[in-house]
Amino acid sequence: MSVSQDRPAAEGITLLQAVTEALQEEMARDPRVVLLGQDIGRKGGVFKTTVGLQEQFGPLRVLDTPIAEDVIAGAAVGAAMMGLRPVAEFQFADYIFPALDQIVSQAATVRWRSVGGWGVPAVFRAPCGAGVRGGVYHSQSVEAFFCHTPGLKVVVPATPRDAKGLLKAAIRDDDPVVFFEHKKSYRRYREIAPADEVIPLGVARLDREGRDLSIVTYGVGVHHAREAADLLASDGISVEILDLRTLIPLDHEAIARTVQKTNKVLILHEANKTMGFGAEIAAFIGEELFMDLDGPIVRVAADDCHLPYNGPEEDAIIPSPAKVADAVRRLAAF
Amino acid sequence: MTSLDTEKPAAPVNAAERALLRRIYEVLLLSRAVEERFWVLSRQGVASFVLTPRGHDVAQIASAAAIRRGHDSVWPYYRDMALALALGLTPFELFAGSLGRDCDPHSGSRQLTLHISSPRLRIGSVSSEIAAHLPHAVGAAYASRVLGDDRVAVAWFGDGASSEGATHEAMNLAGIHQLPVVFFCENNDIAISVPHHLQMPIASLAERGPAYGMPGVRVDGTDALAVYRATRTAVARARAGLGPSIVDAHVPRITSHSSQDDDQYRTPQEKAAAEARDPLPKLRAELLEFGLLAPGEEAQLQQAARARALEEADRALASPEPAPARARRWLYAGDPPHPELARLEAEGIGVGPFDDLDLPS
Ligand SMILES: Cc1ncc(C[n+]2csc(CCOP(=O)(O)OP(=O)(O)O)c2C)c(N)n1
Repeated sequence: MSVSQDRPAAEGITLLQAVTEALQEEMARDPRVVLLGQDIGRKGGVFKTTVGLQEQFGPLRVLDTPIAEDVIAGAAVGAAMMGLRPVAEFQFADYIFPALDQIVSQAATVRWRSVGGWGVPAVFRAPCGAGVRGGVYHSQSVEAFFCHTPGLKVVVPATPRDAKGLLKAAIRDDDPVVFFEHKKSYRRYREIAPADEVIPLGVARLDREGRDLSIVTYGVGVHHAREAADLLASDGISVEILDLRTLIPLDHEAIARTVQKTNKVLILHEANKTMGFGAEIAAFIGEELFMDLDGPIVRVAADDCHLPYNGPEEDAIIPSPAKVADAVRRLAAF
Repeated sequence: MTSLDTEKPAAPVNAAERALLRRIYEVLLLSRAVEERFWVLSRQGVASFVLTPRGHDVAQIASAAAIRRGHDSVWPYYRDMALALALGLTPFELFAGSLGRDCDPHSGSRQLTLHISSPRLRIGSVSSEIAAHLPHAVGAAYASRVLGDDRVAVAWFGDGASSEGATHEAMNLAGIHQLPVVFFCENNDIAISVPHHLQMPIASLAERGPAYGMPGVRVDGTDALAVYRATRTAVARARAGLGPSIVDAHVPRITSHSSQDDDQYRTPQEKAAAEARDPLPKLRAELLEFGLLAPGEEAQLQQAARARALEEADRALASPEPAPARARRWLYAGDPPHPELARLEAEGIGVGPFDDLDLPS
């Protein structure tokens, strides 16, 4: 089964289909892989990421749960401890908060607190992000809450190929992984994603080479950065883009390489600026790479505000390619 | 509310149950002796924090006898010391944990006392967070269903824990899918200082069973056989594919909540009432009645239990604390497990107090 079979393979798959294919291929490969979540069975998920999987693997391995995020995550923890490889889906990242306790206080601590006796090989997936006029409860970027917790891994893919390869790695990983898919990236474009490619967690991807400055980003930020870089090419500014892909573990070496190459860095993410993951990257660069900098570390992120439903207010708050391009111009001129 | 306090204990119907009663009593004496030692160590300032099962102990031991040790998964909470001993864990391990020693195989003393864990015995790592383990038990039961094995998951928790959202979510999911899980409540009528009627607007947690699509039974938690039979029935139901159950075992909390709690919120009458429900004299009387304990034998058994507790506590005291550099280990997969875990793993599940009894499994 493949959701992309109606399209010639040469055209590639969307990020959404990449998620489905990763789940399907991993479930076919390993009978211990199970899915739990709301509406993931007959409906195939509110975003259709699990379409066809219940038909193929049955209602037990693709379990339609009640609307109870705490037990979705908690049952995934217990099932993982008993030998399964559960993938729990949360309908929106905004609704992962009822499960925060299980992910942060339970999944993340089990291995450490049992001195290596137990592990929790579970994946917690959620669609995240703004720009889709979803209002405050369908728009948040919550990755920083999880990055603050030792014991978890946090993945935010930007491209279809990465989404597939990273999700496979997350499912095979022996530790709990929180996996965010930006809604605006789901159908953005198609890309070839090889069937058996597993992309290791903790390795960033140089998305685009450039000379003048580096944009360090992840998730939808990669797409904003690409558009901004295209805008800036006509100004003669050459931008390098580093896609972190995984926030925990963080690829410090890749950040160092790009900063040492261009000597100027802009950090971009869609989550709120204060205490966002960008603060961590900036602190790392400040501590370890200060002498490599020819300008201030610049952050482009959402204003510290909740996300409105109406377009003008939402646009005012979240980053856009134009806002990124403006910031790049200022930094390039420094 | 029906009073369970004055009911006559259940009588054994066969040799196996008689042997079981006697064995429960022996584990009970060991548990009491270990507990006494814990308090001494705490007063000496060597152990900083003590939790005690006194009053819950018979219910813990009797329910432990109803599961298949090392096969069924066990999801305990912090008060389950007697349960731990009934599953074959040693006083030495429990002391080592409480004294902050490296060789504690449960958490390397990273967690508070009695936060047990044992992969080889399928005991989930206890978290201080009340009720967070109920979803885990449900997940374990779901795993049994997916893997097609006949393992049952049993979660032990207090009446206070029943107020948490996690408990409702866990029971609801278990009921929907009729998963092989048993929810065993050690209902001592109080959660630190907040009494039963301020935790739930019903007389017994058992009443919730039917609302979650499962039977709920209330049992006198000081009646060893009654607890054993109720738990056995629930475990057997689950193993047979007939779904989950709630067992609400009514127990007294004889001590303060913990060594950090002064228990001043209870009146002397309330404390005396709890004391009066102590399951130890009750079980002793029963054993004497059935001729399972010779007069004067108790003192002997007690002495042996105390000697064992003292010896194992001393041995734990003599063992080293962890190296500080160890603190960040085991955050992620890849570090080899704690050496004590590896050693125990090689030994297998060892011998449990009920293994040689001819109990139905
Ligand atoms: C989630 C959570 N909230 C609060 C506490 C603090 N706390 C520790 S024990 C306890 C009372 C629990 O009572 P109960 O479940 O009846 O068990 P008991 O101690 O009476 O055996 C509380 C409130 C906690 N450990 N976890």
